[in-house]
Amino acid sequence: MSDAALRRTPFHEQHEDLGAKLVPFAGWEMPVTYEGIREEHSAVRTHVGMFDVSHMGEVEVEGPGALAFLQRVLSNDVAKIELGGAQYSCLCNETGGVIDDLFTYRLGGDRYLIVTNAANHETDLAWLGRWSREFDVSVRDVADRYAMLAVQGPHARAVLSAALRIELPPRMRAWPVKIGRRPALACGTGYTGEDGVEILIDPEVAAPIWAELLDAGVVPCGLGARDTLRLEVCFPLHGNELSAERNPIEAGLGWCCAEATGFVGSDAVAEARANGTAEKLAPFLIEGAGIPRPGNPVLAGAETVGTVSSGTFSPSLEVGAGMAYLRSDLAEPGTEIEIDVRGKHRRARVASKPLYRKVG
Amino acid sequence: MSDANYPDDLRYHDQHDWARLEGDDHAVFGITWYAQDSLGEVVFYDGPEVGATVQKDSSYAEVESVKAVSDVIAPLSGEIVEINDALEDTPEKINDDPYGDGWLVKVRLTSPEEAGSLLAAAEYQKLLES
Repeated sequence: MSDAALRRTPFHEQHEDLGAKLVPFAGWEMPVTYEGIREEHSAVRTHVGMFDVSHMGEVEVEGPGALAFLQRVLSNDVAKIELGGAQYSCLCNETGGVIDDLFTYRLGGDRYLIVTNAANHETDLAWLGRWSREFDVSVRDVADRYAMLAVQGPHARAVLSAALRIELPPRMRAWPVKIGRRPALACGTGYTGEDGVEILIDPEVAAPIWAELLDAGVVPCGLGARDTLRLEVCFPLHGNELSAERNPIEAGLGWCCAEATGFVGSDAVAEARANGTAEKLAPFLIEGAGIPRPGNPVLAGAETVGTVSSGTFSPSLEVGAGMAYLRSDLAEPGTEIEIDVRGKHRRARVASKPLYRKVG
Repeated sequence: MSDANYPDDLRYHDQHDWARLEGDDHAVFGITWYAQDSLGEVVFYDGPEVGATVQKDSSYAEVESVKAVSDVIAPLSGEIVEINDALEDTPEKINDDPYGDGWLVKVRLTSPEEAGSLLAAAEYQKLLES
Protein backbone atom coordinates (compact mmCIF):
# COMPACT_ATOMS: atom_id res chain seq x y z
CA MET A 1 0.00 0.00 0.00
CA SER A 2 1.38 3.41 -0.87
CA ASP A 3 1.74 6.05 1.83
CA ALA A 4 -0.91 8.17 0.10
CA ALA A 5 -3.52 5.55 0.87
CA LEU A 6 -2.72 5.45 4.61
CA ARG A 7 -5.47 6.59 6.94
CA ARG A 8 -4.79 9.12 9.67
CA THR A 9 -6.31 9.22 13.14
CA PRO A 10 -7.86 12.33 14.72
CA PHE A 11 -4.60 12.69 16.73
CA HIS A 12 -2.40 12.88 13.63
CA GLU A 13 -1.46 16.55 14.00
CA GLN A 14 -0.56 15.98 17.64
CA HIS A 15 1.81 13.18 16.62
CA GLU A 16 3.47 15.38 14.02
CA ASP A 17 3.79 18.29 16.47
CA LEU A 18 5.65 15.99 18.88
CA GLY A 19 7.96 14.72 16.12
CA ALA A 20 6.72 11.14 16.36
CA LYS A 21 8.24 8.49 14.15
CA LEU A 22 5.25 7.52 12.01
CA VAL A 23 4.99 4.14 10.31
CA PRO A 24 2.37 2.32 8.24
CA PHE A 25 0.40 -0.10 10.42
CA ALA A 26 -2.64 -2.05 9.20
CA GLY A 27 -3.40 0.64 6.63
CA TRP A 28 -2.96 3.51 9.10
CA GLU A 29 -0.16 5.98 9.64
CA MET A 30 0.65 5.41 13.33
CA PRO A 31 3.31 6.63 15.77
CA VAL A 32 5.81 3.90 16.63
CA THR A 33 7.64 6.12 19.13
CA TYR A 34 8.07 9.75 20.16
CA GLU A 35 11.12 9.97 22.42
CA GLY A 36 12.21 6.33 22.50
CA ILE A 37 10.54 3.01 23.18
CA ARG A 38 12.37 2.33 26.46
CA GLU A 39 11.42 5.68 27.94
CA GLU A 40 7.77 5.29 26.93
CA HIS A 41 7.68 1.71 28.20
CA SER A 42 9.01 2.77 31.56
CA ALA A 43 6.56 5.70 31.78
CA VAL A 44 3.67 3.22 31.59
CA ARG A 45 5.23 0.81 34.12
CA THR A 46 5.97 3.55 36.67
CA HIS A 47 3.72 6.54 35.95
CA VAL A 48 1.23 7.03 33.11
CA GLY A 49 1.32 6.96 29.32
CA MET A 50 -1.24 7.45 26.56
CA PHE A 51 -1.56 5.59 23.29
CA ASP A 52 -3.54 6.68 20.25
CA VAL A 53 -5.39 3.47 19.39
CA SER A 54 -7.93 5.12 17.11
CA HIS A 55 -6.97 2.69 14.37
CA MET A 56 -8.92 0.04 16.24
CA GLY A 57 -12.44 -0.48 14.92
CA GLU A 58 -15.81 -0.37 16.65
CA VAL A 59 -18.91 -2.36 15.78
CA GLU A 60 -22.26 -1.76 17.41
CA VAL A 61 -24.60 -4.69 17.83
CA GLU A 62 -28.17 -3.88 18.79
CA GLY A 63 -31.56 -5.52 18.83
CA PRO A 64 -33.71 -8.10 20.59
CA GLY A 65 -31.52 -10.87 19.17
CA ALA A 66 -28.19 -9.24 20.20
CA LEU A 67 -27.39 -11.65 23.01
CA ALA A 68 -28.31 -14.77 21.03
CA PHE A 69 -26.30 -13.49 18.05
CA LEU A 70 -23.18 -12.67 20.07
CA GLN A 71 -23.46 -15.99 21.89
CA ARG A 72 -23.31 -17.63 18.45
CA VAL A 73 -20.26 -15.74 17.13
CA LEU A 74 -18.14 -15.01 20.23
CA SER A 75 -16.24 -17.72 22.10
CA ASN A 76 -16.93 -16.46 25.62
CA ASP A 77 -20.23 -16.72 27.50
CA VAL A 78 -21.74 -13.38 26.53
CA ALA A 79 -24.68 -13.92 28.93
CA LYS A 80 -22.23 -13.22 31.74
CA ILE A 81 -21.67 -9.60 30.69
CA GLU A 82 -23.71 -7.42 33.00
CA LEU A 83 -24.90 -3.98 32.03
CA GLY A 84 -21.75 -1.85 31.97
CA GLY A 85 -19.54 -4.91 31.80
CA ALA A 86 -16.64 -5.85 29.52
CA GLN A 87 -15.50 -9.23 28.25
CA TYR A 88 -12.63 -10.62 26.18
CA SER A 89 -13.46 -13.12 23.45
CA CYS A 90 -12.27 -14.81 20.30
CA LEU A 91 -14.14 -14.63 17.03
CA CYS A 92 -13.68 -18.12 15.61
CA ASN A 93 -14.31 -19.66 12.22
CA GLU A 94 -15.98 -23.09 11.83
CA THR A 95 -12.70 -24.92 12.33
CA GLY A 96 -11.95 -23.02 15.54
CA GLY A 97 -9.37 -20.72 13.94
CA VAL A 98 -9.18 -17.25 15.46
CA ILE A 99 -10.46 -14.59 13.02
CA ASP A 100 -9.88 -11.90 15.65
CA ASP A 101 -9.69 -11.37 19.38
CA LEU A 102 -11.84 -8.59 20.78
CA PHE A 103 -13.41 -6.83 23.71
CA THR A 104 -17.18 -6.59 24.00
CA TYR A 105 -18.81 -3.89 26.14
CA ARG A 106 -22.45 -4.03 27.13
CA LEU A 107 -23.83 -0.53 26.74
CA GLY A 108 -27.52 -1.30 27.18
CA GLY A 109 -29.98 -4.16 27.67
CA ASP A 110 -29.60 -5.33 24.08
CA ARG A 111 -26.86 -3.00 22.90
CA TYR A 112 -23.20 -3.99 22.72
CA LEU A 113 -20.02 -2.42 21.37
CA ILE A 114 -17.23 -4.61 19.99
CA VAL A 115 -13.70 -3.26 19.55
CA THR A 116 -11.81 -4.89 16.69
CA ASN A 117 -8.18 -4.99 15.61
CA ALA A 118 -7.51 -2.51 12.81
CA ALA A 119 -6.16 -5.13 10.41
CA ASN A 120 -9.24 -7.34 10.91
CA HIS A 121 -12.00 -4.75 11.09
CA GLU A 122 -13.37 -5.33 7.58
CA THR A 123 -13.09 -9.12 7.87
CA ASP A 124 -14.86 -9.04 11.24
CA LEU A 125 -17.63 -6.83 9.85
CA ALA A 126 -18.24 -9.18 6.93
CA TRP A 127 -18.23 -12.21 9.24
CA LEU A 128 -20.57 -10.61 11.78
CA GLY A 129 -22.84 -9.36 8.99
CA ARG A 130 -23.09 -12.83 7.50
CA TRP A 131 -24.07 -14.54 10.78
CA SER A 132 -26.37 -11.72 11.85
CA ARG A 133 -28.90 -12.60 9.15
CA GLU A 134 -30.17 -15.48 11.29
CA PHE A 135 -30.95 -13.11 14.18
CA ASP A 136 -33.12 -10.10 14.94
CA VAL A 137 -30.17 -7.75 15.28
CA SER A 138 -28.41 -4.91 13.52
CA VAL A 139 -24.64 -4.81 13.08
CA ARG A 140 -23.24 -1.33 12.43
CA ASP A 141 -19.74 -0.18 11.61
CA VAL A 142 -19.26 2.79 13.95
CA ALA A 143 -15.46 3.07 13.68
CA ASP A 144 -15.68 6.62 12.31
CA ARG A 145 -17.62 7.79 15.35
CA TYR A 146 -14.76 7.28 17.77
CA ALA A 147 -11.24 8.36 18.50
CA MET A 148 -9.72 5.96 21.02
CA LEU A 149 -7.09 6.73 23.59
CA ALA A 150 -5.59 4.19 26.01
CA VAL A 151 -4.33 5.86 29.20
CA GLN A 152 -2.28 3.30 31.09
CA GLY A 153 -0.04 3.09 34.12
CA PRO A 154 -0.22 3.10 37.92
CA HIS A 155 -1.17 6.80 37.95
CA ALA A 156 -3.57 6.61 34.98
CA ARG A 157 -6.78 6.76 36.99
CA ALA A 158 -5.72 9.59 39.26
CA VAL A 159 -4.41 11.73 36.42
CA LEU A 160 -7.31 11.01 34.07
CA SER A 161 -10.13 11.60 36.55
CA ALA A 162 -8.52 14.85 37.74
CA ALA A 163 -7.84 16.14 34.22
CA LEU A 164 -11.21 15.23 32.71
CA ARG A 165 -13.29 15.50 35.91
CA ILE A 166 -15.05 12.21 35.33
CA GLU A 167 -15.73 9.16 37.42
CA LEU A 168 -13.89 6.17 35.98
CA PRO A 169 -15.17 2.62 35.78
CA PRO A 170 -13.36 -0.12 37.73
CA ARG A 171 -11.42 -2.82 35.92
CA MET A 172 -13.45 -4.75 33.32
CA ARG A 173 -16.34 -2.29 33.51
CA ALA A 174 -17.35 0.38 31.00
CA TRP A 175 -19.77 3.25 31.26
CA PRO A 176 -20.85 6.37 29.41
CA VAL A 177 -19.26 9.66 30.45
CA LYS A 178 -19.05 13.20 29.07
CA ILE A 179 -15.63 14.12 27.75
CA GLY A 180 -15.19 17.55 26.18
CA ARG A 181 -18.96 18.01 26.71
CA ARG A 182 -19.57 15.15 24.27
CA PRO A 183 -20.84 11.65 24.98
CA ALA A 184 -17.96 9.23 25.42
CA LEU A 185 -17.30 5.76 26.74
CA ALA A 186 -14.79 5.02 29.50
CA CYS A 187 -13.58 1.42 29.77
CA GLY A 188 -11.50 -0.15 32.52
CA THR A 189 -9.44 -2.16 30.07
CA GLY A 190 -6.00 -2.07 28.45
CA TYR A 191 -3.20 -3.97 26.80
CA THR A 192 -0.18 -3.20 28.97
CA GLY A 193 -0.52 -5.23 32.17
CA GLU A 194 -0.91 -1.98 34.12
CA ASP A 195 -4.04 -0.47 35.56
CA GLY A 196 -5.63 2.01 33.23
CA VAL A 197 -8.57 3.17 31.19
CA GLU A 198 -9.41 3.29 27.51
CA ILE A 199 -11.62 6.15 26.39
CA LEU A 200 -13.67 6.26 23.21
CA ILE A 201 -14.33 9.89 22.41
CA ASP A 202 -15.82 12.10 19.72
CA PRO A 203 -13.09 12.72 17.09
CA GLU A 204 -13.99 16.43 17.30
CA VAL A 205 -12.60 16.69 20.84
CA ALA A 206 -9.56 14.47 20.27
CA ALA A 207 -7.09 17.35 19.93
CA PRO A 208 -8.08 19.31 23.10
CA ILE A 209 -8.25 16.12 25.20
CA TRP A 210 -4.76 15.12 24.03
CA ALA A 211 -3.45 18.58 24.93
CA GLU A 212 -5.09 18.44 28.35
CA LEU A 213 -3.57 15.06 29.18
CA LEU A 214 -0.17 16.15 27.86
CA ASP A 215 -0.35 19.16 30.22
CA ALA A 216 -1.25 16.81 33.06
CA GLY A 217 2.05 14.98 32.51
CA VAL A 218 0.79 11.95 30.61
CA VAL A 219 3.62 10.61 28.42
CA PRO A 220 2.70 9.99 24.74
CA CYS A 221 3.59 6.40 23.83
CA GLY A 222 3.76 4.70 20.45
CA LEU A 223 3.06 1.26 19.09
CA GLY A 224 6.64 0.22 19.90
CA ALA A 225 6.08 0.48 23.65
CA ARG A 226 2.59 -0.96 23.28
CA ASP A 227 4.19 -4.08 21.81
CA THR A 228 6.94 -4.47 24.43
CA LEU A 229 4.43 -3.85 27.26
CA ARG A 230 1.93 -6.44 26.04
CA LEU A 231 4.66 -8.97 25.31
CA GLU A 232 6.08 -8.74 28.84
CA VAL A 233 2.69 -9.73 30.24
CA CYS A 234 2.09 -12.31 27.47
CA PHE A 235 -1.01 -10.77 25.88
CA PRO A 236 -1.42 -12.30 22.42
CA LEU A 237 -1.36 -10.16 19.29
CA HIS A 238 -3.51 -11.18 16.34
CA GLY A 239 -1.25 -11.76 13.35
CA ASN A 240 1.53 -13.00 15.64
CA GLU A 241 0.13 -15.38 18.27
CA LEU A 242 -3.37 -15.61 16.83
CA SER A 243 -4.53 -16.45 13.33
CA ALA A 244 -7.30 -18.22 11.44
CA GLU A 245 -4.97 -21.27 11.38
CA ARG A 246 -4.60 -21.48 15.18
CA ASN A 247 -7.31 -22.32 17.68
CA PRO A 248 -7.71 -20.60 21.08
CA ILE A 249 -6.66 -23.74 22.98
CA GLU A 250 -3.13 -23.87 21.53
CA ALA A 251 -2.90 -20.10 22.07
CA GLY A 252 -3.64 -20.54 25.77
CA LEU A 253 -7.02 -18.81 25.47
CA GLY A 254 -9.16 -21.73 26.61
CA TRP A 255 -10.27 -19.54 29.53
CA CYS A 256 -12.29 -17.32 27.19
CA CYS A 257 -14.02 -20.21 25.40
CA ALA A 258 -17.36 -21.49 26.65
CA GLU A 259 -18.04 -24.37 24.27
CA ALA A 260 -21.40 -25.08 25.96
CA THR A 261 -22.81 -21.95 24.30
CA GLY A 262 -22.43 -23.63 20.91
CA PHE A 263 -20.52 -20.75 19.31
CA VAL A 264 -19.25 -21.08 15.75
CA GLY A 265 -16.12 -23.21 16.02
CA SER A 266 -17.02 -24.62 19.46
CA ASP A 267 -16.87 -28.23 18.24
CA ALA A 268 -13.31 -27.78 17.02
CA VAL A 269 -12.35 -25.96 20.23
CA ALA A 270 -13.93 -28.71 22.37
CA GLU A 271 -12.00 -31.31 20.39
CA ALA A 272 -8.72 -29.43 20.86
CA ARG A 273 -9.39 -29.04 24.58
CA ALA A 274 -10.20 -32.74 25.02
CA ASN A 275 -7.40 -34.20 22.89
CA GLY A 276 -4.71 -31.56 23.26
CA THR A 277 -2.89 -29.82 20.45
CA ALA A 278 0.40 -30.64 18.73
CA GLU A 279 1.80 -27.23 19.66
CA LYS A 280 1.23 -24.77 22.47
CA LEU A 281 2.09 -21.14 22.91
CA ALA A 282 4.72 -20.56 25.60
CA PRO A 283 6.66 -17.52 26.79
CA PHE A 284 10.44 -17.72 27.05
CA LEU A 285 13.46 -15.67 28.09
CA ILE A 286 16.86 -15.66 26.42
CA GLU A 287 19.71 -16.54 28.78
CA GLY A 288 22.52 -14.21 27.82
CA ALA A 289 22.86 -12.26 24.60
CA GLY A 290 20.49 -12.20 21.66
CA ILE A 291 17.10 -10.78 20.81
CA PRO A 292 14.51 -13.17 19.39
CA ARG A 293 12.31 -12.03 16.50
CA PRO A 294 9.09 -13.41 14.98
CA GLY A 295 9.77 -16.34 12.67
CA ASN A 296 12.97 -17.48 14.42
CA PRO A 297 13.08 -21.31 14.63
CA VAL A 298 13.09 -22.88 18.11
CA LEU A 299 15.45 -25.82 18.61
CA ALA A 300 15.83 -28.58 21.17
CA GLY A 301 19.04 -30.46 20.50
CA ALA A 302 19.32 -30.72 16.73
CA GLU A 303 15.58 -30.75 16.23
CA THR A 304 13.34 -27.85 15.24
CA VAL A 305 10.52 -27.85 17.78
CA GLY A 306 8.73 -24.59 17.16
CA THR A 307 8.67 -21.01 15.91
CA VAL A 308 8.87 -17.65 17.66
CA SER A 309 5.60 -15.72 17.25
CA SER A 310 6.73 -12.50 18.98
CA GLY A 311 10.16 -11.50 20.18
CA THR A 312 11.79 -8.34 21.40
CA PHE A 313 14.18 -6.84 23.88
CA SER A 314 12.24 -6.57 27.16
CA PRO A 315 12.83 -3.08 28.56
CA SER A 316 11.74 -4.11 32.09
CA LEU A 317 13.76 -7.33 32.27
CA GLU A 318 16.59 -6.10 30.01
CA VAL A 319 16.88 -9.40 28.13
CA GLY A 320 15.57 -10.90 24.94
CA ALA A 321 12.04 -12.19 25.52
CA GLY A 322 9.29 -13.67 23.45
CA MET A 323 6.53 -16.15 22.86
CA ALA A 324 6.76 -19.23 20.67
CA TYR A 325 4.62 -22.07 19.45
CA LEU A 326 6.38 -25.18 20.75
CA ARG A 327 5.80 -28.91 20.56
CA SER A 328 3.33 -29.33 23.43
CA ASP A 329 5.54 -31.60 25.57
CA LEU A 330 8.19 -28.85 25.65
CA ALA A 331 5.87 -25.96 26.51
CA GLU A 332 6.47 -26.33 30.25
CA PRO A 333 8.19 -23.63 32.34
CA GLY A 334 11.85 -24.48 32.88
CA THR A 335 12.40 -26.36 29.61
CA GLU A 336 15.71 -25.45 28.01
CA ILE A 337 15.46 -24.49 24.35
CA GLU A 338 17.55 -22.64 21.79
CA ILE A 339 16.38 -19.89 19.52
CA ASP A 340 17.98 -19.68 16.10
CA VAL A 341 18.44 -15.93 15.83
CA ARG A 342 19.70 -15.32 12.31
CA GLY A 343 21.92 -18.38 12.39
CA LYS A 344 23.16 -17.95 15.97
CA HIS A 345 21.80 -20.41 18.50
CA ARG A 346 20.78 -18.46 21.61
CA ARG A 347 20.11 -20.34 24.86
CA ALA A 348 16.65 -19.75 26.25
CA ARG A 349 14.27 -21.20 28.80
CA VAL A 350 10.50 -21.58 28.74
CA ALA A 351 9.03 -19.31 31.43
CA SER A 352 5.67 -18.94 33.10
CA LYS A 353 3.15 -16.19 32.38
CA PRO A 354 3.50 -13.29 32.77
CA LEU A 355 7.19 -12.71 31.97
CA TYR A 356 7.05 -9.43 33.88
CA ARG A 357 5.35 -9.30 37.24
CA LYS A 358 4.80 -6.13 39.18
CA VAL A 359 6.76 -5.96 42.42
CA GLY A 360 4.68 -5.03 45.46
CA MET B 1 20.43 11.74 21.15
CA SER B 2 22.49 14.12 19.04
CA ASP B 3 21.12 16.21 16.18
CA ALA B 4 21.51 15.12 12.55
CA ASN B 5 25.08 15.61 11.37
CA TYR B 6 27.44 14.23 8.74
CA PRO B 7 31.08 15.21 9.30
CA ASP B 8 33.02 16.28 6.23
CA ASP B 9 36.10 14.24 7.10
CA LEU B 10 34.27 10.91 6.66
CA ARG B 11 33.48 8.85 3.57
CA TYR B 12 29.98 7.37 3.32
CA HIS B 13 28.47 4.15 2.00
CA ASP B 14 24.92 4.32 0.67
CA GLN B 15 23.83 1.66 3.18
CA HIS B 16 24.33 4.30 5.90
CA ASP B 17 27.82 3.42 7.05
CA TRP B 18 30.86 5.64 7.36
CA ALA B 19 34.62 5.14 7.11
CA ARG B 20 37.30 7.42 8.58
CA LEU B 21 40.48 6.84 6.59
CA GLU B 22 43.65 6.74 8.71
CA GLY B 23 47.03 6.71 6.97
CA ASP B 24 47.35 4.81 3.70
CA ASP B 25 45.64 1.59 4.58
CA HIS B 26 43.58 1.82 7.77
CA ALA B 27 40.03 2.96 8.44
CA VAL B 28 37.54 3.15 11.29
CA PHE B 29 33.93 2.10 10.52
CA GLY B 30 30.63 3.06 12.04
CA ILE B 31 27.00 3.73 11.21
CA THR B 32 25.65 7.15 10.29
CA TRP B 33 23.44 9.44 12.31
CA TYR B 34 20.58 8.56 9.94
CA ALA B 35 21.11 4.82 10.51
CA GLN B 36 21.03 5.05 14.30
CA ASP B 37 18.06 7.43 14.21
CA SER B 38 16.05 5.10 11.95
CA LEU B 39 16.84 2.15 14.17
CA GLY B 40 16.07 3.84 17.48
CA GLU B 41 17.73 3.04 20.81
CA VAL B 42 20.39 0.39 20.21
CA VAL B 43 20.17 -2.32 22.88
CA PHE B 44 22.51 -4.92 21.40
CA TYR B 45 25.60 -4.88 19.20
CA ASP B 46 26.99 -8.09 17.74
CA GLY B 47 30.30 -7.42 16.00
CA PRO B 48 33.21 -9.39 14.57
CA GLU B 49 36.42 -10.47 16.37
CA VAL B 50 39.87 -9.04 15.75
CA GLY B 51 41.38 -10.93 12.82
CA ALA B 52 38.11 -11.43 10.97
CA THR B 53 37.97 -10.26 7.38
CA VAL B 54 35.30 -7.97 6.05
CA GLN B 55 34.18 -7.56 2.46
CA LYS B 56 33.03 -4.24 1.00
CA ASP B 57 29.20 -4.17 0.62
CA SER B 58 28.76 -7.24 2.84
CA SER B 59 27.40 -7.46 6.35
CA TYR B 60 29.99 -7.73 9.14
CA ALA B 61 27.93 -6.93 12.27
CA GLU B 62 24.41 -6.49 13.59
CA VAL B 63 22.92 -3.65 15.55
CA GLU B 64 19.60 -4.16 17.26
CA SER B 65 17.12 -1.78 18.72
CA VAL B 66 14.08 -2.78 20.78
CA LYS B 67 12.09 -2.92 17.57
CA ALA B 68 14.39 -4.14 14.83
CA VAL B 69 17.67 -5.69 13.83
CA SER B 70 19.87 -4.25 11.12
CA ASP B 71 22.90 -5.55 9.26
CA VAL B 72 25.96 -3.36 9.28
CA ILE B 73 27.55 -3.19 5.85
CA ALA B 74 31.31 -2.83 5.39
CA PRO B 75 32.09 0.30 3.39
CA LEU B 76 35.53 -1.11 2.48
CA SER B 77 37.34 -4.49 2.51
CA GLY B 78 39.98 -5.51 5.01
CA GLU B 79 40.92 -7.24 8.24
CA ILE B 80 39.65 -6.22 11.67
CA VAL B 81 42.53 -4.96 13.82
CA GLU B 82 40.61 -3.39 16.67
CA ILE B 83 37.07 -3.54 18.01
CA ASN B 84 35.15 -1.17 20.26
CA ASP B 85 34.84 -3.33 23.40
CA ALA B 86 32.74 -0.71 25.18
CA LEU B 87 29.77 -1.48 22.94
CA GLU B 88 29.17 -4.84 24.58
CA ASP B 89 27.99 -3.17 27.79
CA THR B 90 27.00 0.22 26.43
CA PRO B 91 25.67 -0.21 22.88
CA GLU B 92 23.73 3.05 23.33
CA LYS B 93 27.00 4.86 22.56
CA ILE B 94 26.08 4.18 18.92
CA ASN B 95 23.10 6.51 19.39
CA ASP B 96 24.81 9.03 21.63
CA ASP B 97 27.92 9.53 19.52
CA PRO B 98 27.75 7.63 16.21
CA TYR B 99 31.00 9.15 14.87
CA GLY B 100 32.96 9.15 18.14
CA ASP B 101 32.48 6.76 21.08
CA GLY B 102 30.04 4.78 18.97
CA TRP B 103 32.65 3.65 16.42
CA LEU B 104 32.46 -0.07 15.63
CA VAL B 105 35.72 -1.47 14.25
CA LYS B 106 39.15 -0.50 12.98
CA VAL B 107 40.23 -2.22 9.78
CA ARG B 108 43.50 -2.73 7.89
CA LEU B 109 42.35 -2.17 4.32
CA THR B 110 43.21 -4.78 1.70
CA SER B 111 42.02 -2.61 -1.20
CA PRO B 112 42.39 1.03 -0.14
CA GLU B 113 41.49 2.15 -3.66
CA GLU B 114 37.89 1.08 -2.96
CA ALA B 115 37.52 4.35 -1.03
CA GLY B 116 37.11 6.10 -4.37
CA SER B 117 33.62 4.67 -4.70
CA LEU B 118 32.40 6.08 -1.37
CA LEU B 119 30.39 9.27 -1.04
CA ALA B 120 31.42 12.62 0.36
CA ALA B 121 29.25 14.06 3.16
CA ALA B 122 27.34 16.34 0.80
CA GLU B 123 26.64 13.50 -1.65
CA TYR B 124 25.43 11.25 1.14
CA GLN B 125 23.11 13.94 2.48
CA LYS B 126 21.72 14.44 -1.02
CA LEU B 127 20.99 10.71 -1.12
CA LEU B 128 19.10 10.97 2.17
CA GLU B 129 16.95 13.80 0.85
CA SER B 130 16.06 12.03 -2.40
